[in-house]
Amino acid sequence: MGRFLLKRLGLAAITLFLLSVLVFFGAQVLPGNVARRILGPFADQAAVDALNEELGTDQPLLTQYWDWISGLLTGDLGESLALGVPVGELIGDALVNSFKLAALAFVLVVPLAILGGVVAALRRDRLTDRVITIGGLSLAVLPEFVTGIVLILVFGLWLEILPVSANAPPGSGFFTQIKYLLLPAFVLVILLFGYIARITRAGTIEALDADYTRTAVLKGLPRRTVIQRHVLRNSLLPTIAVVATQTGYLIGGLVVVETLFNYPGMGRLIVTASRQKDLPLLEAGVLVVGIVFLVAMLLADLMYSLLNPRIRYSRAE
Amino acid sequence: MTVIEEPGAPILIPTRDEAKIARRERLRLLFRSPTFVIGLVILGFWVVCAIFGTQIAPQNPQADDILNKLAPPSGDHLFGTDRLGRDVLSRVIVGAREILIMAPLATLLGTILGTAIGLATGYYRGFADEASMRLVDALLSVPVIITALLAIVALGPTRITIILVIALVFGMIITKTVRAAVLSERELDYVQAARLRNERGPYIMVAEILPNVTGPIIVEFTVRLGYAIFTIATLAFLGFGADPSIPDWGTDISEHYPFISAGVWWAVLFASLAIASLIVAINLIADAIAQTFER
Repeated sequence: MGRFLLKRLGLAAITLFLLSVLVFFGAQVLPGNVARRILGPFADQAAVDALNEELGTDQPLLTQYWDWISGLLTGDLGESLALGVPVGELIGDALVNSFKLAALAFVLVVPLAILGGVVAALRRDRLTDRVITIGGLSLAVLPEFVTGIVLILVFGLWLEILPVSANAPPGSGFFTQIKYLLLPAFVLVILLFGYIARITRAGTIEALDADYTRTAVLKGLPRRTVIQRHVLRNSLLPTIAVVATQTGYLIGGLVVVETLFNYPGMGRLIVTASRQKDLPLLEAGVLVVGIVFLVAMLLADLMYSLLNPRIRYSRAE
Repeated sequence: MTVIEEPGAPILIPTRDEAKIARRERLRLLFRSPTFVIGLVILGFWVVCAIFGTQIAPQNPQADDILNKLAPPSGDHLFGTDRLGRDVLSRVIVGAREILIMAPLATLLGTILGTAIGLATGYYRGFADEASMRLVDALLSVPVIITALLAIVALGPTRITIILVIALVFGMIITKTVRAAVLSERELDYVQAARLRNERGPYIMVAEILPNVTGPIIVEFTVRLGYAIFTIATLAFLGFGADPSIPDWGTDISEHYPFISAGVWWAVLFASLAIASLIVAINLIADAIAQTFER
């Protein structure tokens, strides 16, 4: 198992390095002069030169990449062009906010989707199953701003149950903050429900069809006991590992949800940086998103190998 | 001299005909699937709007009428008017065009790219395969929407940038699917036989393997088409539409969602429902196609 995880860690490190190269060269090397692109065609040449010097974009490319990546490794992410504040601070605050929203979404979606998946599996090929699987997947493929707008209209504007903004008044308590985060979290719940429910359904069906379940039924155990002890125990553990692989969709969702609800997280930070052509902030932001994704995938691998005896006890590949 | 025909000779059905029969059978199954038919009807409706939109639309979607701005739905304007007094119904109808041109183009390019790379890496394996898979993983470790934002900042928010970045990212995803399919095909006897006949690599890939992996490629194309619409609409919503002067669902929503808290729901709801119906329709079609290939 140690070897399996070490290999995964190595691959993640290589992937991260390649991502940093792609991000850096993608943003800075592509046609033309960085400062000219930021300032526009009508800026005067002196201003363009000054900005290039400030950004270090007058240096050779490899020097630039080295400065950037060594800065990143020592925790110095540079300064935001638009705001004049260290990028590290901006990203730190935004990450905490995004994490709050994502955590609430996961707390809501995991039990709901597992319940949905198990119910669908137990009612396989009947109406309930169709409604849960087709409905769940149809909702999951909708853009987040579409589901977000419908939720805002229904719960915020017509029923007036939930606040339309995601930002609780400053100094409000834990539960008030959660109340303000509910609508944006629901959008993410809709995004993630279909896939997690589908995986749970597949795992449960596999366990239902397994020989050990048949044995349990044939030796006369009550249905309830069979499902609790034999089916769910075997089907739910892999599902929990699968949840971590949804982080990619979640981050993509955060970009839109945070913009729609004007919530100061990582997603909105990246959108704002793009609008203002704030390259240092944007590049660091994209790389941080990549790191979060790769860490989540490693966690998924770790959980999967801890839960799966075939990997847990294997010594070498 | 007379040529004697032999009517009793055993008739060998060429494989080409068998393939044709299988295809016809698959089509018949598709049209019997209710999800496919529903999806096709909705998609057909939007395609008609995209082509004949300006003739169907009750009013000019670009005509401002500032005195009548943000008017709720009424007899004159069934879906109300937007912040410049333009007719929302007409904009929803004509707005289908932009996305129904860009999304299929991007998806088609991505499918060609992904098929080519997937065939080559899966067939030849080796170091180039390993290296390109690492690059693919790196590119896919960031959500497509963020990659697209980076590309737009670097290259400018033009149609070409948006189409190319989506084609590139989706091409990488399709590469993985095609490569996986090729990996299992290349071990089969017909590929070995072609190799023993001394066929060249490109011929084996295109003439032997490709016809046997079209199923996953077609399924992947339809699924990606849905996501291309998703991504292009989302970019427009974030304010990175290709051309703000053209009626477009995402751009219209982007311009009007700040008015929601003032009670102006019509300027965003109808365009949202239009996007939702189009994406769900394509996913219903994709689902039905995937099922016919699974049989």
